[in-house]
Order: sequence, then structure tokens, then C-alpha cells
Amino acid sequence: MPESTFLDSTELVLNMGPQHPSTHGVLRVILKLDGEKVLGTDCVIGYLHRGVEKIAENRTYAQFNPYVDRMDYVAAISNGLGYCLAIEKLLNVEAPPRAQAVRVILTELNRIASHLVWLGTHALDIGAITPVFYCFREREEALKIFENYCGARLTTHAFRIGGLQYETYDGFEKEVLAFCDMFLPKVDEYEELLTNNRIWAGRLKHVGVLNAEECKEYGVTGPVLRAAGVKWDLRKAQPYSGYQQYDFEIPTCENGDTYDRYTVRIEEMRQSARIMRQAVEKLAAGPIMAKVPKVIKPPVGEVYVSIEAPKGELGYYVVSDGTTQPYRVRVRPPSFVNLQALGRMVAGGLVADVVAIIGTLDIVLGEVDR
Amino acid sequence: MADEQKPAGSPSPAPSGAGGVNPKAGPAAGAPKTAPPKPAAAAPPKPPAIMAATPWDSELARDLRDRFPDQIGETSTYLGQDFLIAKPDAIISILEYLKLEADFDYLVDITAVDWPKKPERFELVYILYSFAHNRRVRVKTSIADGYRPASAVGVHLTANWLEREVYDMFGIEFAGHPDLRRILLPEEWQGFPLRKEYSIVQQDERWVRENLGIESGQ
Repeated sequence: MPESTFLDSTELVLNMGPQHPSTHGVLRVILKLDGEKVLGTDCVIGYLHRGVEKIAENRTYAQFNPYVDRMDYVAAISNGLGYCLAIEKLLNVEAPPRAQAVRVILTELNRIASHLVWLGTHALDIGAITPVFYCFREREEALKIFENYCGARLTTHAFRIGGLQYETYDGFEKEVLAFCDMFLPKVDEYEELLTNNRIWAGRLKHVGVLNAEECKEYGVTGPVLRAAGVKWDLRKAQPYSGYQQYDFEIPTCENGDTYDRYTVRIEEMRQSARIMRQAVEKLAAGPIMAKVPKVIKPPVGEVYVSIEAPKGELGYYVVSDGTTQPYRVRVRPPSFVNLQALGRMVAGGLVADVVAIIGTLDIVLGEVDR
Repeated sequence: MADEQKPAGSPSPAPSGAGGVNPKAGPAAGAPKTAPPKPAAAAPPKPPAIMAATPWDSELARDLRDRFPDQIGETSTYLGQDFLIAKPDAIISILEYLKLEADFDYLVDITAVDWPKKPERFELVYILYSFAHNRRVRVKTSIADGYRPASAVGVHLTANWLEREVYDMFGIEFAGHPDLRRILLPEEWQGFPLRKEYSIVQQDERWVRENLGIESGQ
């Protein structure tokens, strides 16, 4: 509750969304306001609910693979990687080194693409029109690589259980390296536009603060957690897909405000490019598919496997009853869990901050609602 | 038809009459270049009917057993992942103990699995993580339909939405939850979709008719 004000004011309930340009999809937020000040919020979600977990129970393991791309559709490759790793764990197989390296390259490229969508739209919400054009220009280059690799740009279905379906195309390595060379100076360009921009700093600094304790209480992960000073990244903490071989930093900040989350994500894009370069160097000839039976029938059991998706910890809890269809697939979506902290982050702030905070949480409603 | 190789990018109809419930599990996983997809012939040997878990032997498991001797039924490891099975009324104390004494301060997820044939049909699963020890543990319990497990919101704030989703999908009501409403489905929706008897094509006909103005969403 705000401290007493000079004027008597009545509470106003304001509806925002589900069709609102700055809610990044079909998110509806009901705001309780005292003038410009936000007293409380209630999120209404589920507009994009397709019952992905129910669908999983009615498909075979391989058939469900393309569906996971439709959750976090701006980082479809991460979703696919998490799912494939979970089923591989259940089958107790591991993708061959070449497949792992290609997976790392594509996943990191997808992380860059996802962060670019975040940066462009976040800046647009704040009122900076230019960055979105820059960001989508570079994202296009990343999507071209996806398209050349597997034919699809957004919902790529790039990986298969046990490895990869397709060998890389001629010139894949060259294109990836060219992307890295092209991309790093562009990140400096974004920074030039925003980092020291007074309006940008004014709108972002000390807005939507979430400290480390609160992050853990709310189960918030990913760049939001790292911006609060917790040096935790699943790629380092519990490496998968060969991430232990690569040399990279986990960027962190201290204040846990919106500006820090911006700083962390910008630096993460640079680190992703760094990982991609190393993975290209490590790319040796070899098989791309592990020995996986044609009919995937994991033994009775259950696993929880999670990866560091661009938004945070993306986990799959899969229960097998020994048949060809999963008995239960639970997706632990980072966007859904992170969105829960919205109420805490906007309380006491201004209406305009709500827009900044929704942007900085980097949610994708396809993943929130599943 | 001579089975021309198609890039099996997405599940497409099976080329030959493989029949059965599962005509198309293989091609997406197999090597694409050579062998034409054979109908499911070489099924792996029949798996055991129960999970082949081994006992979980560690200091934490012993501590937990000492602390909750009657409430913890099993501490096991499967594929390197530790879990324990406890009585439903002990879950909150176990979560509290794990959070305060063993540094499991991050509740990753709460979910449920429906086993309609078992007398205690729902399996509730709490996935925990410890930043300090970089370890995960799963706390599981089985409850009957209609049993109201205690809410974990008092221990971990993140349980709020996670429990709402379990309620929404399975109809498990958490006692003491501050705001137990549906979260993904509309408030007035009838039925709990992730229960096994709820068919994949089933829907709340009345809700669809009244709110969307169409006969069926299918």
C-alpha cells in the first residue's frame, strides 16, 4: 500500500490486454490503481492453451517432438533440445559428439535470435523505435541458417531423439562463423543506441527490482535471476550436450532491476557467439545419430531433465509406462513461473513500468499457456 | 509404391500399411538414407513392469529417514536422479525441512500423474533444487481422489501458480491455498483435462456453445 497522499483517491481497476501491443501476446493483466500507482495485479492467462501435455499422452515419443516447438516459438530449438535430452535420458542413450556440437551451435544461435526478439520489442515498448529494425535484421540472418539447415525458420523441429536427422549442409560452418563476425559489432551498435541513453536508463533503472531471495522464492530463473546477482546457469551447473567443453562466462549484475536484466542479456548474446565459434572448431566428422530403436519404447521409469533455455530453466518431467506413448509429459515452463513474479515486481510502481516489466520478463505466451 | 525417400521432417502418413496403433514411430529417429522403413517388427524385449530404481544411499537420505522414520516409505535413485516417496500429510514438513536445513531453497515444479487403476490414483511430484549443493531431489506422494493435500505456498511462494495448475488440470484441491482458481482454463469450465478418463477430443460442450457461439470446437 502506498503512503498516504494529499488527495483522497479511489481505487481504479484497469484492464490491460489480452489484445494490447505491449503484452507480447495474449496476456491480460488486471491492474488495481491509485492514480498512476499500481497497488496490485492479477494475471489472466490461458488464451493460448492448447493442451500440449494432453497431446503428448496421445502421441508416440517421436510424434510429440514437433509439438514442443510450438511452446516457446521464438526459441523452438531450445524446446526441442530439452525434449530430446529427456527422452534420451529415459532411453539411456547419448547423442554422438558431432550431433551434440551441431545442437550447441543451433541452440546458441536460437538464444541469440530469442534475445533479439526480446530486445527489439522491449525497446519498442519503452519508446525506442529503431532497435527493433536492427534486431530483426540480424535475427533474419540467424533464421536463414535454420532454414538452410532444416527448411524451417520458426518451428524448426531441428533435432531428433538420439541426435540429428540431417547432416549439416555445405558451408554451414562458414555461415555460422560469418554470422558471429557480423553479429558482435552489431551488439555494440545496440549498446550505442541504448546503454548510455538517458531516457532508456531513466525508464529502466530501479524499475521492477527483484532481489536474489525473491527470485528463489518465486522460482524465477534465467537472466532475471542472474541480474539479481546469482551466478547460476544450467549450462555450467549441470552441463548437458557437451557444454562443459566450452569456455564462456555467466554474466551477472547486482541490482536485479530492469536495466540489469538488459545488461545481462546483451552480454549473453556475446557469450553465445563465443560458444558457437568454439563449437564450430570442435565440429569433427562422425555419426550424427545414436543407436535408437525405430520404435521408441523406453523402459518403465521417469526422469526430469532441464536445460538453460533463453528464458530460464526449461524442464521436462517424463513418465514412461513402457509403451510407445509417454504416460505423462510435464513441461516446466520458465515463462509461466517467471510471470508469477510480475505482481511483486510492479507493486508500488507506475502504470508505465508495467509495460517495461512485462518486456523485461521476456515471456512467450505460447509457453505460459502451453 | 517404391518408397522414395522423403525427408521425414514432420509426421506424414506411413507409406505402407503398417497398421497397428503406432504406425509411425520409427522414421523420425532412424537413419534416413538407406533402409526403407519397415513396419514395427523388432520390438525390444519386454520391459519390467516397475521402475528399476536402486536405493538412494547418501547422507541426506539417511538424515531424512532419521527425521521422518514413519513418513518416508522409499528413498531411491533412478538414472542418477534421487527421489523419495512420503506420506501425503508429511509433505509440507519434508519440504520445510529440506528448505531450512538442507538448503533445497528452490521449488522447481509441482505436478501430478494420474494412475486411475491404483487406489490412490494421483501421484503428486515436487521437484526441488539446491543452489548451494547443485543437487535435485524429487518428493513424491500418492493421494486418493478427493484427498486435499496441504498447500506448499507457505514454504515456497512459487507453489501458488503451480498448485493452481495442478488443480486446473487434475482437480486436486490444495488445503490452505490462498487463491485456488483455475489458471489456464476458463473459470466455468467443467472437467479436468489431464485425468486419464478425459478424452483428447472431449471438451466442455456447454461452455463452448455459450461462450464461443459454435457447436463444437473440434
